[in-house]
Amino acid sequence: MALAVALILIVVGSVLFHFVSPWWFTPIASNWVQLDDTILVTLVITAVVFVVVNLFIAWSIVRFRHRPGRKAAFEPENRRLEGWLTIVTSVGIVAMLAPGLYVYSDMISPPRDAAVVEALGQQWQWRFRFPGADGRLGLSDTRFVGNDNPFGLDPDDPDGQDDVLVHNAELRLPVDRPVRFLLRSRDVLHNFYVPQFRAKMDLVPGLVTSFWVTPTQAGRFEILCAELCGVGHSNMRGLVVVEDEAAFRTWLSAQPTFAQSLAGEATAVDDAERGRMLAQTRGCQACHSADGSRGVGPTWQGLFGSARSLADGRTVRADEAYLAQSIRDPAAAIVQGYPPVMPPANLDDAEIAALITYIRSLAAPPSPSDTPAPAAQQ
Amino acid sequence: MSHANPDTDPHTEPLGFWYRYIWSQDHKVIAIQYGITAIAVGLVALVLSNLMRLQIGFPGAFEFIDAASYYQYVTMHGMIMVIYLLTALFLGGFGNYLIPLMLGARDMVFPYLNMLSFWVYLLAVLVLMASFFVPGGPSGAGWTLYPPQSILPGTPGTDWGIVLMLVSLAIFIVAATMGGLNYVTTVLQARTRGMTLMRMPLTVWGIFVASILALLAFPALFVSAVMMLFDKLLGTSFFMPAIVSMGQQLDHAGGSPVLFQHLFWFFGHPEVYIVALPAFGIVSDLISTHARKNIFGYRMMVWAIVVIGGLSFVVWAHHMYVSGMNPYFGYFFATTTLIIAVPTAIKVYNWVLTLWQGDIHLNVPMLFAIGFISTFVIGGLTGLFLGNVSVDIPLSDTYFVVAHFHMVMGVSPILAIFGGIYHWYPKITGRMLDDTLGKLHFWVTFLGTYAIYFPMHYLGFLGMPRRYYAYEGYEFIPASAQDLNAFITVAALIVGVTQLAFLFNLGWSAFRGKPAGANPWGATTLEWQTPQTPPAHGNWGAAVPEVHRWAYDYSVPGAARDFIPQNVAQADDAEADDDRVWEGHA
Repeated sequence: MALAVALILIVVGSVLFHFVSPWWFTPIASNWVQLDDTILVTLVITAVVFVVVNLFIAWSIVRFRHRPGRKAAFEPENRRLEGWLTIVTSVGIVAMLAPGLYVYSDMISPPRDAAVVEALGQQWQWRFRFPGADGRLGLSDTRFVGNDNPFGLDPDDPDGQDDVLVHNAELRLPVDRPVRFLLRSRDVLHNFYVPQFRAKMDLVPGLVTSFWVTPTQAGRFEILCAELCGVGHSNMRGLVVVEDEAAFRTWLSAQPTFAQSLAGEATAVDDAERGRMLAQTRGCQACHSADGSRGVGPTWQGLFGSARSLADGRTVRADEAYLAQSIRDPAAAIVQGYPPVMPPANLDDAEIAALITYIRSLAAPPSPSDTPAPAAQQ
Repeated sequence: MSHANPDTDPHTEPLGFWYRYIWSQDHKVIAIQYGITAIAVGLVALVLSNLMRLQIGFPGAFEFIDAASYYQYVTMHGMIMVIYLLTALFLGGFGNYLIPLMLGARDMVFPYLNMLSFWVYLLAVLVLMASFFVPGGPSGAGWTLYPPQSILPGTPGTDWGIVLMLVSLAIFIVAATMGGLNYVTTVLQARTRGMTLMRMPLTVWGIFVASILALLAFPALFVSAVMMLFDKLLGTSFFMPAIVSMGQQLDHAGGSPVLFQHLFWFFGHPEVYIVALPAFGIVSDLISTHARKNIFGYRMMVWAIVVIGGLSFVVWAHHMYVSGMNPYFGYFFATTTLIIAVPTAIKVYNWVLTLWQGDIHLNVPMLFAIGFISTFVIGGLTGLFLGNVSVDIPLSDTYFVVAHFHMVMGVSPILAIFGGIYHWYPKITGRMLDDTLGKLHFWVTFLGTYAIYFPMHYLGFLGMPRRYYAYEGYEFIPASAQDLNAFITVAALIVGVTQLAFLFNLGWSAFRGKPAGANPWGATTLEWQTPQTPPAHGNWGAAVPEVHRWAYDYSVPGAARDFIPQNVAQADDAEADDDRVWEGHA
């Protein structure tokens, strides 16, 4: 009997939970409204089955529970009933599958006039590339990847020279224009996921994958990685800003082309700025924050010159020699409380010097009683 | 047919302690060895899941749970639960104990191979456990072990952990193959006189088909483990394209990470049914026995098991809708996946129709069996979201998936296992498990799992991605989601601690439990008709039983008692009205 009551309470509780739950889909900001409708159809059909089956069990328990003298019926099978149940189930399945496949055929058929943007993933950050004035993306290959060419674009391909490169994780898109994302990864699997867009797709090293979407709402939406990509997975953040065409054009024209980027690398930037860019391109910042918040590794804020307690009990000062050693051979000295997971970085002496200059520039905040800011520096 | 003559069977000679309990070739002892090992390693996985929940419910509150160890908990929890607990316990535990007894055989047809299967399984467990103690710890690549991540820096345990994981899997598959060949051969060759295939209890049908699936599916995992070991240790590029890892160009080129996913899920999806089909069978028998009513639609139930087993080999890529595979595959795999829902739904209907007009005894095994139906229904229904390619895309890699597969392949099989243990423990030990502790165990586990997993579906609707160490600073996730996560963690801890009551019950009742007698539930199947309880080596004393009827003659009209064992001859039952005794498909 208690079990019957429990099953009824589960049904009532589930339905109530559904209606009072503050946790529900984010407001949709793309063209995939049909997708939300298909999910709703599926939810209604499955909820009815869930309620009916549980209540049927509860009713059977009450009605046919053991009492002295009670004897069960003997009914090995009932072809008619089994036949009908099979038919009704098949109809329900078709009612879910048909609209699902219909929407899917739209999802894999991008419109001919869709704009193209490339998203490039690496542990644990995003970059973006637009085709530039010629409307064509230049060829890329892993063997071209370097500090001055994080996208691995072929320097000899004329199509690539005017490609517009976005060297940080903020992407902008014009509202109401269909856009086809081409996805590439330099290292491991990632997944480009904007909850408000609904669509998502893996980034696979060695492949170019794609999906398409029309952003329909102006606003700022978070980009997440939705495929486990290592210890920094939950910190692989990005931002897509959907805005009107004019604002988008202005922003786009301010981004460097590939040709400009290559040339710009030769011009002098100060060491701290170069270090900051290295921290970004080499993925350091996924684990080491610049604002005091705790990550997979120690924060860099206020690190330089501070005393470090090591896991082996020693205490050392974080001077230049210590930092250089920790970058080259991270396992040599592990700070207490942190896992020994950092891979050795393949940097030359000048790059290490630049990184250390950058770390040095991140002085401790004025007040030591800090409350860590939630977001890592972008 | 009987497979051994007791006069000449060497197994019936008295044996010393070591040969009776340690180097035993008795299927019942091997079953208990499998069971104890699987439960012990499952306990490790349970603790890991609670540690994981501590981080999600109370992020940062426990200093020792850093991102690396969090991912190691995730990985080891998943792999242990799916392979080393569920697969081993259903096939090595229940399969070993029940197949010979339910079929009227004296033992498995290859007893030595059976013993070897357990020892090789134990070796696989030890190799896996060793990864907790090697430099860098166990792999943190997620239980799917997707390359390139699983063997590259940036993931924990890429030096030793992943190698031990892959080696352990390969060893496990050797053990599972030895066991599986044995189970399949025993079912086909060692059934007693009169035990036709269509008179076999559904438990045996479930384990039989699951064993066939295991024999066909595990080789795909075996080769992918070997290929990944080659990529890791020998520098081959089966799964490794050209990569720049942490700023360094690697020597790999030309491999395909998606190829691994195809191989993995060609094993991985049948694996779901390797776990589910024995659970289906066990639950069918528990419901029929404790409702004192024949299973409804036996023939349909058998065919559903066979059809589900067959279809399970053509649905694997529904795990890969957003993997970057050819998008046209989506049509095919969505269609096959939703077709599999039809035979699965029939099984659910037949369980509830067995309850209908029954004489329902809410014994502890029955509570767990009904709990199984309820949790399997919700887990199966959410599968209709994820199998339907376009509906899957927004939900893929979110907490909806976590809720779905835990309900359908975590909670419901484990409830079937608990039900099975409460049901057969009296035969295994000769004593009943304690009823009060059993009810406490059921109520906390059943209600607790709803509290844990039902709300998780809504976090998935919201879009919360799975396998995140922390959710700080994501604006689309409202602060209230953190409160919900704290609630889920508390529920998980309570359910986790309650399992100690079950373990205590298992140990205590073996010595202090109420004596059970030969057939405490009044069941029809052969394992309850043994001359001794617990059954002696060789199971049947002088003569093996002969089977005269199907396994479900409960409450037969006109019969004196509400059950007629399978070995009772039709003619013995003089009062039975012949045309009303259903003979199954003899």
